[in-house]
Amino acid sequence: MRADLLAAELPDLDEALAAVDAFDEVLAGGLLRPQPAQAAGLNALADAVAGSPIAALVAEAAEKAAAGVAGEEHLVALAAGRTALFGAVHDAVLARVDEATGRPREAAPPFEPGAPLPVNLLASARAWLCDVARAGWRGMDHELAATAAPVVSALLPSAELRRLAVLLDGFAAELAASCPGRTLEQIPLRRWADLWARGMLLTQPGAIAAAGAAAESAAGAASTALTGRLLPLGVDLHEHATGVQAQVHAVFEPADGGPARLVRASVSAPKPDTVVGAGAWQLLRPHLSLLAAAGEGRAMELTGMPVTDEGDLLWSDDRAHVGESADVFTTARVALPAVRSGATAPLDRHPTRIAEPVLVEGYTVDGSGAEVAFVIGGERLAVDTGRVPAASPLTPQAVAGSRACVGLLRWDAGRFRLQPLAVQSAAKSKAAVAQAGAWAGGTSDKNAAKAEKAATDAVTVLRERAGRLLRS
Amino acid sequence: MPMWEESSLVRVVPSARPRKLAKVPFVELADGRLQGVVSSGSDISRVYVSSVAAGDFAFACRTNNNRPCGGLRGGFCNHVTALVGEAVLQYGGARVARYLQAETAEAADAAGTAAVPTAQQLTAAMSAVRPQQSADGQAVTGQVFSRFLRHLAYLELPATTAPLPEMHWFPTAGAVA
Repeated sequence: MRADLLAAELPDLDEALAAVDAFDEVLAGGLLRPQPAQAAGLNALADAVAGSPIAALVAEAAEKAAAGVAGEEHLVALAAGRTALFGAVHDAVLARVDEATGRPREAAPPFEPGAPLPVNLLASARAWLCDVARAGWRGMDHELAATAAPVVSALLPSAELRRLAVLLDGFAAELAASCPGRTLEQIPLRRWADLWARGMLLTQPGAIAAAGAAAESAAGAASTALTGRLLPLGVDLHEHATGVQAQVHAVFEPADGGPARLVRASVSAPKPDTVVGAGAWQLLRPHLSLLAAAGEGRAMELTGMPVTDEGDLLWSDDRAHVGESADVFTTARVALPAVRSGATAPLDRHPTRIAEPVLVEGYTVDGSGAEVAFVIGGERLAVDTGRVPAASPLTPQAVAGSRACVGLLRWDAGRFRLQPLAVQSAAKSKAAVAQAGAWAGGTSDKNAAKAEKAATDAVTVLRERAGRLLRS
Repeated sequence: MPMWEESSLVRVVPSARPRKLAKVPFVELADGRLQGVVSSGSDISRVYVSSVAAGDFAFACRTNNNRPCGGLRGGFCNHVTALVGEAVLQYGGARVARYLQAETAEAADAAGTAAVPTAQQLTAAMSAVRPQQSADGQAVTGQVFSRFLRHLAYLELPATTAPLPEMHWFPTAGAVA
């Protein structure tokens, strides 16, 4: 991997982000009674997308919003304008990633609207998001934050609406914890605008291509089902207070000898906020046998596993069985250089979604600053040592003492960082490899076993309470 | 702090810390209150719904059948005290104190060194201003109890293996807790 390319500037990036920042500041004040400075921010967004197909829509929306008379359709247009800008940033960042890895990438298929979803549920979610935009982050109060709860409760049970539900759930929890907005000393402007804009787009009919439908069609059509060997690279864990997702990144080698490709397998579950650490693994592991295989360093054999164009496997345990042992670093050195990367779905074009598996070695570790960095051929690559599961043997110390690392290349706040998935120790005497997801499938580690027991007890208490109170 | 404002991935809410749930199965900082559910020591089908409001520390404690707690005698009962204790375990003393706008004598003395108040210090500081029982205790009890039931319902929702791209905005931050 060419680390020098990651350190180099991206052309025109600053200009795009300046327009984003100007718009994000608008949401801090809210659109109920817009001030002149906010009109400038709205215009900056409209100007930035002036050459795009949505130019007229965004310009009209900016004008209405500046006058304090924006309707839902105008707020959707503003969200779309901001999303389009980040789409362009995504494309530039991803092109740089591909240049650095030297890896070919599948072309994105044209966007096809998903099946119609319950309009009333989408409308209630959109109404809440519009109220939030009008109040602004500084106008946020407990009452407004709390009105998300019934919306989320109605969305969560539906598989097709789960994406929107987990987004709103995590977003609303952050807003609630930050109330009242007028006392906020610092505001996560870009983050909240991201979550808001994404929520707005997902409430558009057809925006969510139902993965369930894709699985059904894939099960019938052999061309979108995979048969062959799956070699795990590592586990990426996502969590907010009431939801958790694990994604296993892996190299897939088709049984027919075709080219290998990068794929992901996901499993997610809603959770009570007191289920944390090992408890998250416990919720997830019964649904994805790959978690245990990845933790134990084993390959899996797939038979007719459905896959999306983006390389997301729609996992079912009965289409997979555990194969021979497969060391992560062997996979990274032997199989990873020959893979193709998946496409990005059109609506998912945002730099936060970029998570490209890479092998980095031959570096020196620089732990002198506020964050750890790998120095590769004179170039620094910052390492996100905090982005590791609580229940994991992959510690910042293990990263600091490593000589090789399999990680995900990510981009945030204007720069690249490496999220470690597995490291190989530099000390010859030490156990060779520490993986972020080593305990995903369970563990015999003594301390981890204690945490497992505590997590089991917590869920037992909650189930007992639910059994006694929920149905009484 | 520009990094905070220009990052899509800043961690706004730290994860809850693990704690034993047997006595106090539910604690939250929400609706401008520290509120939660405390299991009765004597009757397994009874729980107490307890709360303390931010700012004036107005408190309430009633059973799930909305009968007043017998332990309330002009001040915090054992359930409210237990609630504060578990909240400090789950969220850390600093976050609980900030949310409740409670200033402990200890924190004021050690200004600048960011002393984290203990549960005892918090309870003492709140009791010192002689808080009143909440005027709308009955309504609050109903709200909190239904939030607890909603919270429990998360365990009943099925897992899925369809990808959730939105969760990329919520990276785990286990190693920096």
